[in-house]
Amino acid sequence: MLRAQDLHITFNPGTPIETRALRGMSLDIPSGQFVTVIGSNGAGKSTFLNAVSGELKVDSGRIEIDGIDMTRQPVWERARHVARVFQDPMAGTCEDLTIEENMALAEMRGHKRGLGWAVKPALRDEFRAQLATLGLGLENRLSDRIGLLSGGQRQAVSLLMAALRPSRLLLLDEHTAALDPRTADFVLQLTVRIVAEHKLTTMMVTHSMRQALDVGERTVMLHQGKVVLDVSGDERKGMTVKDLLAMFERVRGEQIDDDALLLG
Amino acid sequence: MSLYTLLGAFEIGLIFSLVALGVYISFRLLRFPDLTVDGSFPLGGAVAATMISSGSDPFLATIVATIAGAVAGLITGWLNIRLKIMDLLASILMMIALYSINLRIMGKPNVPLITEPTVFSVLQPDSISDYVLRPLLLVVVVLAAKFLLDWFFSTQTGLAMRATGSNARMARAQGVNTGLMVLGGMALSNALVGMAGALFAQTQGGADISMGVGTIVIGLAAVIVGESLLPSRRLYLATIAVVVGAIVYRFFIALALNSDFIGLQAQDLNLVTALLVTVALVVPKLRQHWSGKKGN
Repeated sequence: MLRAQDLHITFNPGTPIETRALRGMSLDIPSGQFVTVIGSNGAGKSTFLNAVSGELKVDSGRIEIDGIDMTRQPVWERARHVARVFQDPMAGTCEDLTIEENMALAEMRGHKRGLGWAVKPALRDEFRAQLATLGLGLENRLSDRIGLLSGGQRQAVSLLMAALRPSRLLLLDEHTAALDPRTADFVLQLTVRIVAEHKLTTMMVTHSMRQALDVGERTVMLHQGKVVLDVSGDERKGMTVKDLLAMFERVRGEQIDDDALLLG
Repeated sequence: MSLYTLLGAFEIGLIFSLVALGVYISFRLLRFPDLTVDGSFPLGGAVAATMISSGSDPFLATIVATIAGAVAGLITGWLNIRLKIMDLLASILMMIALYSINLRIMGKPNVPLITEPTVFSVLQPDSISDYVLRPLLLVVVVLAAKFLLDWFFSTQTGLAMRATGSNARMARAQGVNTGLMVLGGMALSNALVGMAGALFAQTQGGADISMGVGTIVIGLAAVIVGESLLPSRRLYLATIAVVVGAIVYRFFIALALNSDFIGLQAQDLNLVTALLVTVALVVPKLRQHWSGKKGN
């Protein structure tokens, strides 16, 4: 499914603030797998996600989805295969447009847009049915501006929008981080439900180790722009946050030792 | 104020409502501060007047002028999207370039249309006077433009264009080629302005190189006046508001210039416009300020 090979991205190369965000990052995600990605600040989680979505161009390396080379494709072309929910609830929806208009935009993701009506009665019925599954009462507010909704409501609608069209890959970028704990939990449960319903191949970046172990079937840890830990199956089942932290400390310790050797 | 001046103000107001619709597309829907209109308005006038005075059909001349406006908008969009020049600067560059281009097209600073046929004189029946017919025809043109825009912006492509202006990052993530949308929107916007310039030249007896000065401010004034009179986020109401704004604005200008006791003259027009836009921009903020204080 997703195959990222030896990705390198350096910000501000050749300057004092040079940052090597990705240093040979490789990750394969088979079809239908739900992967959670963790790592400390600056580990390269968001950079990697943005490289996959196309918002950042890689300096070198190759990104494939189902064998199709995506490395040079712009964001809007990759959108045919990739759906995305942003961290900022404001970023994933158009606040000036109504709920139904936002959903109509997502409905056409990956399709050629013509001069047909964007919102048709049949579509409106479909949107209403989809919104009803959220249990937030949004099915009666189709023609409200989406800017009137709370952050949690907007993230919930974003998730629905991401699943309106079949996509090969769903990217979730800390999409519960900006929400209060109760809403975050609601959105997370919704995520699990939608991913299962549509059997979506999913990559979820998260700050929370708890979340990373609770959902999905595989957890990947990034450090200094590389995968340093990759657990799944039985090994992951019995894992606690404490175990994960211990592994993280060990990995980081080794890294420091390596650096020390180099400097020595 | 006589009926004649009143109808004259209505007529110019209608022409400028086409400019205002164009400015609404660039400034409000695409959020692209576009000064190209100061050049594409006289461009439309220059193309139409030059073609008509050399014997072309006035309808054909108006269509070519509209296309010329669209091309000007496309180039501004291209400067911004492809060459990555800042939007405002790209439009200023195009505006300056158009000054020379317009002079080249006309071959002299102005092209009069006194005896030549215009789209209005061709359609002129004997039973009604020209100063009544012109506003009537313009009402039809403006309403047609308004409904076409309402329709277009409810289509899949139109919705993608609005999303591009509102949240380009989200639009791209939904598979919208945002660069193409900006190009299309800028072409549409300036096509309307070019058509307005062509109609203006045909009602005012010719094209003049300086006829574009301040077009953007007048267009913006119309948008702002309309939005304060009829505040609405629904597109079909917003386009009506913009048209009403352009007409109301022209009435106020006519009123100010025709009231002897104020002592304003035609040369004060741009100053009055600038003051009006300033007031219209500040009043909503003051209102917010006051209501905010009441709330606390």
